[in-house]
Amino acid sequence: MTQVSYREAVRGAIRMAMQADERVFLMGEDVGHYGGCYAVSQGLLDEFGPERIRDTPLSESAFTGAGIGAALGGMRPIVEVMTCNFSLLSIDQIMNNAATIRHMSGGQFTVPVVIRMATGGGRQLAAQHSHSLEGWYAHIPGIRVLAPATVEDAAGMLAPALDDPDPVLIFENALLYNDTADVDDAVAVDIDHAVIRREGSDISLITYGGSLGKTLAAAEELAAQDISAEVLDLRILRPLDEAAILATVSKTQRCVIVDEGWRSGSLAAEIMARIIEHAFWTLDAPLARVCSEEVPVPYARHLEEAALPSTEKIVAAALAVLGR
Amino acid sequence: MSKAALKVRLTREHCRTLLHQMLRVRRFEEKCAELYTQEKIRGFLHLYIGQEAVATGVMQALGPEDAVVATYREHGHALLKGVSAEAIMAEMYGKQEGCSRGRGGSMHLFDARTRFYGGNAIVAGGLPIAVGLALADKLAGRQRVTACFFGEGAAAEGEFHESLNLAALWRLPVLFVCENNLYAMGTALDLSESETSIAAKAACYRIGSETVDGMDVVAVEVAARRAIAALQEAGAPQFLECRTYRFRAHSMYDPQLYRTKDEVEQWKERGPIKRFQEWALASGELHANDVHEIEKEVALEVAQAVAVAEAGTWEPVEHLLRHVGAEQRI
Ligand SMILES: Cc1ncc(C[n+]2csc(CCOP(=O)(O)OP(=O)(O)O)c2C)c(N)n1
Repeated sequence: MTQVSYREAVRGAIRMAMQADERVFLMGEDVGHYGGCYAVSQGLLDEFGPERIRDTPLSESAFTGAGIGAALGGMRPIVEVMTCNFSLLSIDQIMNNAATIRHMSGGQFTVPVVIRMATGGGRQLAAQHSHSLEGWYAHIPGIRVLAPATVEDAAGMLAPALDDPDPVLIFENALLYNDTADVDDAVAVDIDHAVIRREGSDISLITYGGSLGKTLAAAEELAAQDISAEVLDLRILRPLDEAAILATVSKTQRCVIVDEGWRSGSLAAEIMARIIEHAFWTLDAPLARVCSEEVPVPYARHLEEAALPSTEKIVAAALAVLGR
Repeated sequence: MSKAALKVRLTREHCRTLLHQMLRVRRFEEKCAELYTQEKIRGFLHLYIGQEAVATGVMQALGPEDAVVATYREHGHALLKGVSAEAIMAEMYGKQEGCSRGRGGSMHLFDARTRFYGGNAIVAGGLPIAVGLALADKLAGRQRVTACFFGEGAAAEGEFHESLNLAALWRLPVLFVCENNLYAMGTALDLSESETSIAAKAACYRIGSETVDGMDVVAVEVAARRAIAALQEAGAPQFLECRTYRFRAHSMYDPQLYRTKDEVEQWKERGPIKRFQEWALASGELHANDVHEIEKEVALEVAQAVAVAEAGTWEPVEHLLRHVGAEQRI
């Protein structure tokens, strides 16, 4: 066990993957000489050289597509897109090629590419650097979408993602990079199942990624009021672990969903729909959710805070569901 | 490759091959048009008729290990790369015997065995994929080429420029083949590009570029062989702009309001098959009997393809969700 940051955990995972498999390489903007715009890949260029830690021009579409092509050609590329905001320039390649080639080719070709990107707000970077678009990608069949919320998940999700024969998108919430924890060097993370981060019996709080910390803090505050909240970390946004969602809701019979995406057409909306479809009769109260306000994320701190989910909002939503 | 090998030797055998390949594509697609009007083939159908010299010439310079990436106008490219006419036709019918098991249709032909990577209906969407395939070859130390076919319409997309830049920067073995048929659907080249030489655009990225008469199969073959030799020698991508013309509408829904009948007729006079066949007969390389034989072989192949497609089976609808992800992971 060693104390590592989320950033170091991702770096360690990349390093291990590259040592284990010659076919693995990292490419993206500033991953090499600059050291990665969140310093994730710092030092890797010296270790692995420019062939395998490959700086790209500002060409999101071309280098994402090149990652897809390289995967088709037998490599195991890790493509880093600085933030999911910029991934919109490569969404054509992700949606029209990565997600569809297996199907359109009748199962002949697989695209074992891993695409990593930062997501989320909270750093006063304003609209073009603060959005949470993982819910959009979770809409797309043919890809797997992961959201590591803990240092351990950051360390352990990359290897199974690279082993996956299909494209995997990993959304790293930018606020998590400095989190630290004790992590086993060779941790293996299950990328099929959600995980309960806190057991409880009165209400379920379902969340993922950057909202996990806020949600656990909310559960702590609820505990001070004698309310036992169960916190489910989705971990995998596509395919959703529906069984885990239904199990926790059936147990607590009340639920709040916390999602940094916008409310309309959100992942939270999808989760609500599934609960209604399959667990309606177990519910004791209407469902509730805490999402980002329907506004491009603003720059000014107070406005940004007001736009994003917060511990207070989660507590308030839970209390309302509980009728308190 | 030596200078001598670069010269295309127009033996009788080679002339026969060139004519045979062009006619396979032509007759196959004429049949497709017919089947489309009978509603056997549905969806969009983009015919390649008029442009056969391009794929035929370029494909002569490629080996079985080389990869091909193409657009939605790719029946000919698939056929010439070695995908069977039967598998292609069955795909157009949507049968499970099709080369994409009925999932792709006319615009998304795929075949792993012959390294045919589509079939891409997003204009310019295949260029980054070709760059990546070539990158994989380079990283693995394999001596292979990836040929990427696209229309001149792609040159207006960002992905074209991003891909050329990347391929040149990283010195990747991609042969970019622009099939400049002067129209992107109904938009004429000079209505969409400030610089109408696509080869000149490629040259901006320091890519060796050449413009060739895309109606002349021998000229295309020579240029393609030269380009691949240069590619291998320099270890860098090459660009071929083939000036060509499609005789048919963009797709089956196009009333062709953007060009005159006269213009089409004039280009047909220079048609790649007509021109090559007339030359081969006049020069004595081929005899009328050869042409007759070739036509017979082609007709048989097309008829056989239709028979297989007709006899093909529909995939059970319970299989709808197959091939979205791996059936078994890891
Ligand atoms: C990104 C994108 N935009 C628009 C279209 C619609 N579209 C299909 S074909 C075409 C024209 C393309 O012309 P060109 O690249 O010259 O190829 P050609 O059809 O002449 O072979 C257009 C606009 C598309 N398929 N993809």
